[in-house]
Amino acid sequence: MTRFILRRLLQSGIVLLGVTLVVFLLLQLVPGDPVRVALGTRFDPETYEALRSRAGLDQPLPVQYASYVGQALTGDLGVSFRSGRPVTEIVLERLPATLSLAITAVVFALLVAFPLGVLSALRSGSVFDHAARVFSQFGVSVPDFWMGIMGILLFAGVLGWFPPSGYVALTEDPVGWASHVFLPAVTVGLVTASILTRFIRSSVLEVLAEDYVRTAEAKGLPTRVVVVRHVLRNALIPVVTVVAVQLASLLGGVIVIEVLFAWPGVGRLTYDAVQARDYPVLQGAILLVAALFLLVNLLVDLLYARLDPRIRVR
Amino acid sequence: MSGNGDSTSRRALVALGRDPLAVTGGVVLVLLVVAGLAGSWLAPAGINEVDVDRMLQPPSWAHPFGTDELGRDVLSRVLVAARVSLQVGAVSVGIALLAGVTLGLFAGYYQGWLDNVLMRCMDVLFAFPVLLLAVAIVAVLGPGLRTAMVAIGVVYTPIFARVTRAGVLSVREQVFVRAAVATGASDLRIMRRHVLPNIAAPLIVQTSLSLAFAILSEAALSFLGLGVQPPEPAWGRMLYDGRGFVTDAWWLGFFPGAAIFLTVLAFNLVGDALRDVLDPRQLTVSEARRNAG
Repeated sequence: MTRFILRRLLQSGIVLLGVTLVVFLLLQLVPGDPVRVALGTRFDPETYEALRSRAGLDQPLPVQYASYVGQALTGDLGVSFRSGRPVTEIVLERLPATLSLAITAVVFALLVAFPLGVLSALRSGSVFDHAARVFSQFGVSVPDFWMGIMGILLFAGVLGWFPPSGYVALTEDPVGWASHVFLPAVTVGLVTASILTRFIRSSVLEVLAEDYVRTAEAKGLPTRVVVVRHVLRNALIPVVTVVAVQLASLLGGVIVIEVLFAWPGVGRLTYDAVQARDYPVLQGAILLVAALFLLVNLLVDLLYARLDPRIRVR
Repeated sequence: MSGNGDSTSRRALVALGRDPLAVTGGVVLVLLVVAGLAGSWLAPAGINEVDVDRMLQPPSWAHPFGTDELGRDVLSRVLVAARVSLQVGAVSVGIALLAGVTLGLFAGYYQGWLDNVLMRCMDVLFAFPVLLLAVAIVAVLGPGLRTAMVAIGVVYTPIFARVTRAGVLSVREQVFVRAAVATGASDLRIMRRHVLPNIAAPLIVQTSLSLAFAILSEAALSFLGLGVQPPEPAWGRMLYDGRGFVTDAWWLGFFPGAAIFLTVLAFNLVGDALRDVLDPRQLTVSEARRNAG
């Protein structure tokens, strides 16, 4: 197990280094001078020189990259071209909003997908199974922002049950937060639920076909015991991975929903940074999201190896 | 090995014709291609015909999908925008297919350090959420249709590289490949004539499913204002422009979104059906057993 952990840590470290290189090179791809582009009409020589030197743009490229990685390791992701504030601070203050939205969406998705996936596998070929499959096909095909717009139209416009957009911090007003998070979380959650339903269904179906399940049934165990003790316990191990990967991708992939619902998370920050051409903030947000994504994947792999010893020897 | 390819495509076509969902998806795709090719000709009005006297009119016989905030006919714009979606889908998936298959072929065929380097590069690209990376690339290169297509092509390259490499790894151990090596055929010839035709099935499936995701990604980029630029119509952009009026004019949000949904659904239905036919290993054990029974 120790060897497996070390190997996975090394792999993740290499990939993370590659991620920093891609993020670093993004700034180099900007046509023209990124600081000049970012300053636009607010250009003045003093600010220009200060920002260029703070971003290390007056150094040769390899030196720039080495210092970018070195500073990133200490948590320094540079300063915003717009506000002059540290990027790490700006990104971290947006993280709670994204986390609360992503976690709520995944919890909602699990509440929908778990019963749907398990029941449709247990009643494979039934009307319920077909309905669940239609739902999952619908979910993977529907644009989440379209569903969000339709949600705003129905629940905010026609019924007036929820605010159409905006954000209230969970720590300030839990009820206000819940009413604001409902529409975006359900919008994201339904798409995630459709992916999870499909996966849970096929995972349960696969375990149902195993010999040990047939043996358990042959010994005369009640169906409930067979399902809970033998089928679900084994079928849900791979589901853990998919849930975690979905959560990780939501941390960075809900840009459109955050923009639509004016949700001040990392996605919205990325969008604002693109609009303002604030490249250090854009780089910082992307680097943080990719690092989180890698970290979640690493943790899941380690957890998975602990749950299923066959993984370690592969 | 060309006979193999022919029988694969014939088998796929016959099986697709028997699957009602795949046929439905296929019909929608044909309609989409017609709209893409002849959208401007089929459109009842000019896509940029502004008329403030008829702005935000609900659907009627004169304007079946209503009019937008500038009085433009929404049906005409939805029809013409089909071309953009098809173009983005075809070009971006074409880029991903070409780059991914080339990298996957070389990685899987030569293995060793080349495989390690190429696949670690793919892992790096995989570490970014798809839309986030596409947004970053477009943000840097500048918004527009061309950069959106390149960005989407880049973010979908790793999946094609992985699918290709996995296929190559199993095919290169087959007797006919070893026989080709023994006859002195060059590596490139072996890859082109013997390896590639035998990994076509999973690639066709991946292409169909990626077309759906590429169209969805373009719609998202256009929704963020990073794809097609106005006044040219794109479904995602139309949703973005209409979102401010959504509670007063539902048709502005409904029809472009429905067009994206139907297109993506059609590609997914065809892709799923293709997978069932061409790549039975992807089926779950019990599904395979049921199909066999």
